[in-house]
Amino acid sequence: MMLADARTLCPHLKVAISDPAGDLDFLERLAIWAQRWGPWSALDPPDGLLVDISAASHLFGGERALLADLQQRFAARGLAVRSAIAPTAGAAWALAHHGPCDGRGGAILAAQDDARALLADLPMAALRLDDDVLTVLRRLGLKRLGDMDGIGRDAIMRRFRNRRSPAANPLIRMDQLLGGVPEPLLPVVPTDMPMVQRRLVEPIRHRDLLDQVLRDLSQDMARTLEGRGEGARRLELGLWRVDGEVVVRRLEMAAATREADHICRLFAARLDDVDAGFGIETVRLRASWTEGLSLEQGDLDKAAEEHGTSLAACIDRLTVRLGTDAVRRPVPHASHIPERAQRWQPPLAPEPPSQGQLAFHARPLKMLDRAEAIAVLYATPDGFPRQFRWRGQVHEVCRVEGPERIAPEWWRERSTVRLRDYYRIEDRQGRRYWIYRHGIIGDGRGGVPDWYLQGLCA
Amino acid sequence: MKNAAETPSNHHALARLCSSLPGNFTQLSALSPDHDTDSDRAARQWRPGSTGALHSEIFACGNEAAGAGMALSLALDAMRAAARDGNGPAAAAPSDDQRAILWVQERAAAKRGGYPYRPGMPPDLQRRVIHVLAEKPKDALFALEEGVRCRDLAFVIGEIVGNPQVLDFTASRRLSLAAEHHGVPLWLVRIDARRDLSSARMRWDARSAPSPRPRWNRDAPGTPGWHASLFRSRIHPPAEWIMRDDGYRLDVEPPARQHTGAGQGSGQANPVDLVRAAGD
Repeated sequence: MMLADARTLCPHLKVAISDPAGDLDFLERLAIWAQRWGPWSALDPPDGLLVDISAASHLFGGERALLADLQQRFAARGLAVRSAIAPTAGAAWALAHHGPCDGRGGAILAAQDDARALLADLPMAALRLDDDVLTVLRRLGLKRLGDMDGIGRDAIMRRFRNRRSPAANPLIRMDQLLGGVPEPLLPVVPTDMPMVQRRLVEPIRHRDLLDQVLRDLSQDMARTLEGRGEGARRLELGLWRVDGEVVVRRLEMAAATREADHICRLFAARLDDVDAGFGIETVRLRASWTEGLSLEQGDLDKAAEEHGTSLAACIDRLTVRLGTDAVRRPVPHASHIPERAQRWQPPLAPEPPSQGQLAFHARPLKMLDRAEAIAVLYATPDGFPRQFRWRGQVHEVCRVEGPERIAPEWWRERSTVRLRDYYRIEDRQGRRYWIYRHGIIGDGRGGVPDWYLQGLCA
Repeated sequence: MKNAAETPSNHHALARLCSSLPGNFTQLSALSPDHDTDSDRAARQWRPGSTGALHSEIFACGNEAAGAGMALSLALDAMRAAARDGNGPAAAAPSDDQRAILWVQERAAAKRGGYPYRPGMPPDLQRRVIHVLAEKPKDALFALEEGVRCRDLAFVIGEIVGNPQVLDFTASRRLSLAAEHHGVPLWLVRIDARRDLSSARMRWDARSAPSPRPRWNRDAPGTPGWHASLFRSRIHPPAEWIMRDDGYRLDVEPPARQHTGAGQGSGQANPVDLVRAAGD
């Protein structure tokens, strides 16, 4: 029937334009508001809401009181509502849409009730089925839910064997209603738009001040978005003037961003034609469309590039590449055998306690890994060396200090180990070495003693 | 012969050009190094306490510890100078400066010249040395660069044998830039190496010098000394010195008055020799 025809029949007809998008929007907001009764709520378009009140009804004094509260609050908002509580969403829907309306708020199906028996009188439409399926069922003679018990399940399954969708298969709907198969809800999750604003003590009338405010707002917005791990795709800048006018500037970005400078630069071009009038007293920036923009790690290398790495970071990098044995710190060890007096340990480990070394012991700056044998010329076997050959080169000794006699550690070594007589020498070119004679003649621990070069002095 | 014949005519042409140009161009010749006055030269001369260069190379022989010893002395001298000038993190007293030092050795260098021996190091540094033993020159360069980038290090010493292919001009330039960007001095000891291209700000040649006779045992080796020649530097004119480090400061003297073992250097060998300093 056309609207004109209807008005002809009934001149007092009130006309309201259909607004499905607005209705859905309203329903979404209503779903979020309905979360006052339970932690989860889901939409049931076009005009239903499902709220999960599991373990929450006692907060309102029981299920009956909850329904009464619900009725009262909807009535206060001028909304007519039919409500029901049941163990499954399907049963609650069936009761709310087709259940008895007893004026006490709505039907309640307790968990221990026999749902199959209690809901047997409800019409087939209570199963949330499509219209064509309902037609088929009506033609089959199935009018109430109880009718489905009369015929075998196999027969119905055979009839609807190629209907996979729950809305087209009465068996699936029946199982959902009785709790036989799960029916996940898609909950409504409220999201609030990131919004920052500045209320100004003194209304601003000049552009440079507005730019400053915008800069502050952009930085606030960037910080807010960063905290949420999001970036803005659309931004709305609202300027409230003293006389109540609102100027709104919208901005859409090609990709999610939260760079304050970028936002400032984009808005700067859009603010040229703003008429400040008697002044702007409030500026509000809102990101009405945001997208996930994962947090970026601050560039570690860049910071290191700027300020240098810490010692621990440096050691880590070295050990990762070169191995833990390559990066070490020399520490003293309680031994008077020179090569044993130094040990190596991890670079940042605490230094072990040690005795101070004797100041009159001159030690070389560097020690050879293994003392190298040298051929020495001497005047007397236990006298100063005069000349020695090391690595194919002849060194003429012109200064000697020694010997410093270092006995073997008898508690550790065998009794045949010979003592060492160390000499600090300098050759004619000024090269300084630390050499020793391994044993003395007549110590009964071998023949003529050998000479070794062990250290290189600075 | 042909070149020799051409040179005077070129000079004439240049002189004519200079005389024909007015003003500034004639002053160019005054800036050329030929006209460098002796006083300028003396002012730019390297002296102990110069802290200008952050990347230096010391060429030394592998059979003596002169390279590492001189590197340590120069590094300590630069640290003392920085502490005296009161800039940088070492502005506190040198003994308060507990920053570590990194001593990077390629394995071949450790094999040839030995590894650092803690009891023989300068007392200030004994607790602070972190030693890195790198298998290959490439690893050693990596360790040097990481060390130079570390803000908690007082200085970095490297020892690399020969002229490995990875240590080319690019690599040394990387090291120079990193050292200058982060302000960590790098002393690279080149053992038995050819003097190849490098961007080091100071390049030294080091060999041991005979030490002065100590006062109390005139036959013993004395304060370590090195014959150091600065053969290339961006900052200082090249020159040669005999350096001695007595543990408190770095003494330098021109090599002409080189000690050959005669007794006149004993005053400098012992800095606390107050009796001799007093002259009686």
